[in-house]
Amino acid sequence: MATTSNPSRTPRLALLHALQAVEAAFDRAFGPGGNPWRHLGALSFFLFWVIAVTGIYVYALFDTSVTGAYRSVEHLAREQWYLGGVMRSLHRYASDAFVVTMLLHLLKEYLGGHYYNFRWFSWLTGVPLLWLAYASGIGGYWLVWDQLAQFSIIATAEWLDFFPLFGEPLMRNFLAPRSVDDRFFSLLIFLHIGIPLLLLLGMWIHIQRISRPVTIPPRVLGWGTLITLIAVSVARPAVSHEPADLSLVPAVVQPDWYYMFVHPLMYRLSPGQLWAFAGGSTLLIAALPLLPHPKPQPVARVSLANCNGCGRCFADCPYAAVILQPRNDGRPLARQATVLPDLCAGCGICAGACPSSTPFRSGERLVTGIDMPRQPIGLVRAELERALSRMQGTGRIVVFGCDEAADVKALAGTDTAAISLICAGMLPPSFVEYAVRGGAAGVLITGCRDGDCLYRLGNRWVEDRIRGERQPHLRINVPRERVRIAWADRQDLAGLKRELEAFRTSLAALSEATAGQARPRPKRMGGHG
Amino acid sequence: MTAAVSPVRFVAQLFLYVPLMVLIGYFSTLPVFVHLPQGQALIRLTFSVAGQRLQECRERSPEELAKLAPNMRAAMDCPRERAPVTVELEMDGKPLYHVVVPPKGLKNDLPSTVYRRLAVLEGSHHFVARLRDRAAGEFNYVQEKTLELRSGDSLVIDFNPAQGGFIFRR
Repeated sequence: MATTSNPSRTPRLALLHALQAVEAAFDRAFGPGGNPWRHLGALSFFLFWVIAVTGIYVYALFDTSVTGAYRSVEHLAREQWYLGGVMRSLHRYASDAFVVTMLLHLLKEYLGGHYYNFRWFSWLTGVPLLWLAYASGIGGYWLVWDQLAQFSIIATAEWLDFFPLFGEPLMRNFLAPRSVDDRFFSLLIFLHIGIPLLLLLGMWIHIQRISRPVTIPPRVLGWGTLITLIAVSVARPAVSHEPADLSLVPAVVQPDWYYMFVHPLMYRLSPGQLWAFAGGSTLLIAALPLLPHPKPQPVARVSLANCNGCGRCFADCPYAAVILQPRNDGRPLARQATVLPDLCAGCGICAGACPSSTPFRSGERLVTGIDMPRQPIGLVRAELERALSRMQGTGRIVVFGCDEAADVKALAGTDTAAISLICAGMLPPSFVEYAVRGGAAGVLITGCRDGDCLYRLGNRWVEDRIRGERQPHLRINVPRERVRIAWADRQDLAGLKRELEAFRTSLAALSEATAGQARPRPKRMGGHG
Repeated sequence: MTAAVSPVRFVAQLFLYVPLMVLIGYFSTLPVFVHLPQGQALIRLTFSVAGQRLQECRERSPEELAKLAPNMRAAMDCPRERAPVTVELEMDGKPLYHVVVPPKGLKNDLPSTVYRRLAVLEGSHHFVARLRDRAAGEFNYVQEKTLELRSGDSLVIDFNPAQGGFIFRR
């Protein structure tokens, strides 16, 4: 909370604010679950597979030789335009879209501050992917062996020659038409298959420290993206330049700016300055986790006396920070939860998953199996009990919110209690029942927008638990019409207020219909309300 | 909360996919980049040549040989360091490029390499290329050539002492 309490305090947060406004606009069209801004990583994976499939097709018909390369690609584009041409164009445009989603993903994660503390691994392993993506893409253009390929390969050689790594300048391999032979194309094919495979390996490593990574976008979004790219491929098929001729200089070229912006940039600057730009940018991005940033939040703590090793915290942790180990406290149980501090985000989702986090437990002090030092479940229960005893009126509502989303404290009133949690996913469903049985007419749960949970899975688990599809679930005896979920980010407080009032109205109608039906109160709260 | 799918939402999605199409389609090939302006040709001056040794080889005396390990007793002592290579290119009587290239290698014993792009106006030009591969003295390789360069031509000026020195090729 200390980092993001004032969204316009720094340029980064001001930009984040602007991005969230854009995302909210996209929500209206795509819905939060299908919003491309919330699936940039998954879209990148999806585009990679589109590139791979189309690339395999193009490769099957590609002639790996100096004279055959250009001819075979032209044949594909002209004689088989309806399939081969579309495949080639799709290969190019999906590659372009890959750069777009990759860079937007990078920007979004940066603006969201997702690069330090427990996220350093995902951030750092993403940095080489930038180089691998560009190496994969630029290398693909060389295979066509047209004047654009000639321009690009010479520019790349001139750039690499800045460092005297080789006995002779690489550029001397491209001085005359006969300099290039068929074996060179075998090397290019090797690079254009090998580097993307390295990229895929890097992408796999990139998502290793998160559980349940989303690598497939929602079906509607995937189809929409694919159809869009096919439409571009049909409307504007990719075409080659004239064949490469090393005795001439390609005077005017039409570069693919998503990949080849580096070549004009080098000719505007110099090879050394481009190295400084590329190397400096890479180092800066890689070093971001080392720059001053907020301290990590206190990590989850296990109380073995209250942990039965059920594994729900292990199943729900978004960052695989909870593992199950053989019991070591002598109790006749098989396993116990153990927190890996370096991986723990301190989100509290594990506490929300723990069956011991029920407020109905009779002890004066509620201690759960896995808890958050900065907001123990016991304190949440105490806060809820105080709120229930303070509220007045017939339409009393308890709002459970999230520190990272709309500020629920602004909703507090005589008939409304607001409790903000570290993450909405920290809410054990039994607290909802406890509130309803304690006198609340209804419970409103809010948090980050759907698909945009700061801790990835918070709102997904909340919905599943309330629907009864995930343990611990909300018990069946709690009337579902008394529970409402309304996701709202920081900028959507007004919308949340409207949602609250609509909920209040529906609860009033419900109260009239169910007047006279008593709800059993929890034993601990006999004197309240 | 997820809103229901509706025709309005479908149209809105279509509306938002259009900028993506335009963005992808446009920057995939445009704007064009003028690598070499009309009316210009490109000279690529490039070579990889080892300068002469800075010091001549000399014969080791018997005493010197005796001090060496048996397997190291080479009769000649040849210091490895090479002289820098100096090259000049003159076009139509005016200097176009001049460089002194040190030898590569940690011991300065590898060839000196040059790669230089020089854009010139199209037309007939008289070139004089000079190279010195020793530490001092006059240029020991000189070549003159008059060439008609067209717009977009790529003229390579290479150097190979085995072929007599400079090589002009298009």
